[in-house]
Amino acid sequence: MGRFIARRLMGMVPFILLVSITVFLLIKLAPGDFASNYAASLAASGETVDDSMLADMRQRYGLDQPLIVQYWDWMRGVLQGDFGYSFQWQQPVVSLIGERIGLTLVLSVSTLLFTWAVALPIGVYSAVRRYSVGAYLVTLIGFVGLAIPGFLMALILMFVGVSVFHTDVGGLFSAPYANAPWSWARVVDLAQHMWVPMVILGTSGAASLIRIMRANLLDQLNQPYVDTARAKGLSEFTLLVRYPIRVALNPFVSTLGFILPQLVSGSVIISIVLNLPTAGPLLLQALLGQDQYLAGAFLLLLCSLTVLGTLISDILLALLDPRIRYQ
Amino acid sequence: MSTQTSGADAIRPARALDTASEARLVWLRFGRHKLAVLGLAIVALLYLMAIFAEMAAPFDPDHSNARLVFHPPQAIHLIDHDDDGWHLRPTVIPYRLARDKVTLAATYVQDGEHHTRLRFFVHGDPYRLWTLIPMDIHLIGPAEPGQTMFLFGADRQGRDVLSRIIYGARASLSIGLLGVANSLLLGIVFGGLSGYFGGRVDWFVQRTIEFIISLPTIPIWLALAAALPKDMSPLVKYFCITVIISLIGWTELARVVRGRFLALRSESFVTAAMLDGCSRRRIIFRHMLPALTSHIIASVTLAIPAMILAETALSFLGVGLQPPAISWGALLKEAQNVESIAAAPWLLLPGAAVALTVLALNFLGDGLRDAADPHGH
Repeated sequence: MGRFIARRLMGMVPFILLVSITVFLLIKLAPGDFASNYAASLAASGETVDDSMLADMRQRYGLDQPLIVQYWDWMRGVLQGDFGYSFQWQQPVVSLIGERIGLTLVLSVSTLLFTWAVALPIGVYSAVRRYSVGAYLVTLIGFVGLAIPGFLMALILMFVGVSVFHTDVGGLFSAPYANAPWSWARVVDLAQHMWVPMVILGTSGAASLIRIMRANLLDQLNQPYVDTARAKGLSEFTLLVRYPIRVALNPFVSTLGFILPQLVSGSVIISIVLNLPTAGPLLLQALLGQDQYLAGAFLLLLCSLTVLGTLISDILLALLDPRIRYQ
Repeated sequence: MSTQTSGADAIRPARALDTASEARLVWLRFGRHKLAVLGLAIVALLYLMAIFAEMAAPFDPDHSNARLVFHPPQAIHLIDHDDDGWHLRPTVIPYRLARDKVTLAATYVQDGEHHTRLRFFVHGDPYRLWTLIPMDIHLIGPAEPGQTMFLFGADRQGRDVLSRIIYGARASLSIGLLGVANSLLLGIVFGGLSGYFGGRVDWFVQRTIEFIISLPTIPIWLALAAALPKDMSPLVKYFCITVIISLIGWTELARVVRGRFLALRSESFVTAAMLDGCSRRRIIFRHMLPALTSHIIASVTLAIPAMILAETALSFLGVGLQPPAISWGALLKEAQNVESIAAAPWLLLPGAAVALTVLALNFLGDGLRDAADPHGH
């Protein structure tokens, strides 16, 4: 098992390298740079723009260097934990992103757990009681969940919150805890706020997982080994849990690799709508303002999160199915 | 084959199904899937509406009126009372702006006296159909020119939300089609390269696809879309957004195409054709491709909703299509904060259009996929 994990970790190195190159090219893709953007915003507000000042700025931030040198400088910093300097905020990037990336991770992982907790029993139920009213209802809700984009659901929940309950469902903390240091009370406050984005984010993932679980289990339920187990006199519940569900769980776990990128991706847009203190809102601002190191740090970390998801799903799969371990 | 049927087969009268073509069988299987047929009908109606947007929309979508800001939606009443008794004809009850005597806030109150009569194919705002044919006929509208009708309410500039949704369908629905066409092209080229050369090329293409799939799409889309110059013309921007969306979307299709192709290669009818001495080209185009088309059509249908949702999300965030361009995402941008939703909840209606379209396309795609599967029940 240790060797398996080590091999997987090694496999991640070229991947992360490729991610870093992609991200660097992405943030360099926009025409112009922060200096020209800054000049444009100065000109828009009627100030005169001094060319020598811009040249100074480019030199200070290394924007006049060739691309490969800039990439090298950036990567060297990142490896030492220095993600560069945010032009917009006039602060080191690390101090801006730390908590936001953490909260993004917390949100994504708890949504994942929520998705599993919801999808597993419902998927099993709709496969075992295939023609019941409940199963049809689940299928219908699943379809609707897939059809409504997350941000629309966020908007609708916000509307319901304001018009019916007269509360703002946005944000992750109530006002007194927003900028407070971490404490137990703040964690409780976070948990009270997090269910809204969690439900919004989790719905479409849960809907597709229910469909996958149902299809897998239906395939297994017709297998002869199920009849054998039943003939042995196992109770229906023990039989289900011990054999078909275990086998059907396999693809369920392997989908983790693509569910996590989806969650991270979806959380970006939902956090912009709900104004959550996660990566989304700041990333959008940074991208629009060509604050390249801030945007780059977010993109790099978000993409790496998904690599982590693939790694976890591989390890879980290997734990679940010995055939994969010894391949 | 039919000339050599053995005795047992010859006795049984040939049924229509035995001789039906593959396309007909698929169509028959599809027809049994009621939800899919409903999906097809809705999708067809939506695309028709988008094609004839100028006629389907009751008003010019850019026609603003400062005195009709946030006009609430009006319900259509089918029965109209007047001095001669009642008539079966569609009307809406007009609103007028009134001041609350205490708070002095402007509110719309119903003016029950004179109902606005509606008619089909009325003369209204002039337009050029497909920017060519000058016309002024609208599918439905107030009978008297100059009267107003807001079935879905008005936005903050007093423009008709229904007309804007109908015009928005053009950009949103066509981006879905164009994006999928783009993705399919990329998917077939790379999937084909991968399958044709095999070996290193296949390895490289497959790793590239895995790499793209494992990236979180929305941040990447945001980065790409934010990199577009801000002074682009709407049309160029439209095409750029389409390309950006399909750059990520093609991977799924390429995988489906390649996977299907590989699975088909081991089917016995392909082996039979090979043993018959068919050329490679004939096997691919005569035997494999027809078996593949229905699957490709089904996957393509299921890929369109993802494209539509992507455009909506990007425009909603302000990096996709921007006003004055009209798309469902750009319209939803108006409903971005709590205040405007609380004041005018009907601004969320473009979202209902998105949900309806995506749902209908999903049902349609599911039905097509089931119908295309010859081993299905």
